[in-house]
Amino acid sequence: MSKIVRTVAKLLTPAILLFGLYVIMHGHITPGGGFQGGAVFASGVALLIVAFGAGRVEQFLKEHQLSMLESGGGLLFIGLAFAGLATAFFYNFLVGSPIFGHVPAFGPNPGDIWTGGTIPLMNVAVGMKVIAGLSAIVLVMALASSKQGEDE
Amino acid sequence: MLRKVAIGLTLIAFGVMFFAAAVTIRPFGEPPSAMDDYIIEHSQQETGANNAVSAVVFDYRGYDTLGEATILFAAATAVVMLFRKRKDEASD
Repeated sequence: MSKIVRTVAKLLTPAILLFGLYVIMHGHITPGGGFQGGAVFASGVALLIVAFGAGRVEQFLKEHQLSMLESGGGLLFIGLAFAGLATAFFYNFLVGSPIFGHVPAFGPNPGDIWTGGTIPLMNVAVGMKVIAGLSAIVLVMALASSKQGEDE
Repeated sequence: MLRKVAIGLTLIAFGVMFFAAAVTIRPFGEPPSAMDDYIIEHSQQETGANNAVSAVVFDYRGYDTLGEATILFAAATAVVMLFRKRKDEASD
């Protein structure tokens, strides 16, 4: 891509990736969550691929790292679901405990991050999964198409 | 001719169904069950999350989210399996 696109991508990508992580981390307070934030992060990766080419991005973001991150997120998610099995599958066992255990008062009360029980942890797990899954899909497809273009 | 008649009948049937759905829809703000109000009133106390949507997605309906995550996992696995570089193909 041209120098203009690369310069703008360099400027925008940190903001996009940071916003994606913010949406994931604040999923239990503000609109959004693991899926949405992961999609934002993966769109940042897609911008990098469009601007700099899949081969250059692959030097920093290997396919096996992404699959490890995705499997780790999935295991964390299902592990948290099983951890509440003493009461029920997907039971929120961390409410009232020292970890993410504040119980907010009824009504709007912004800014209390230390709430939600297992919900923030599950947001992080799903965020890992979505970041790795969508980035792997975009990266692998871009790599395959760019290789095909070289062959022809 | 028969084809056009069949397409027209299908369109009319769908139009009637959508129209019936549109006229029988419940008015805004009147949920069909008490569950909506239950979640609004109890989600902060029971799950501790200020975001009621997150409370539903990850707590009350966590099983659905597990299905979503499984779909994403299957999609990523299939795409990586189809498009990855294979060592035995590198010599071609």
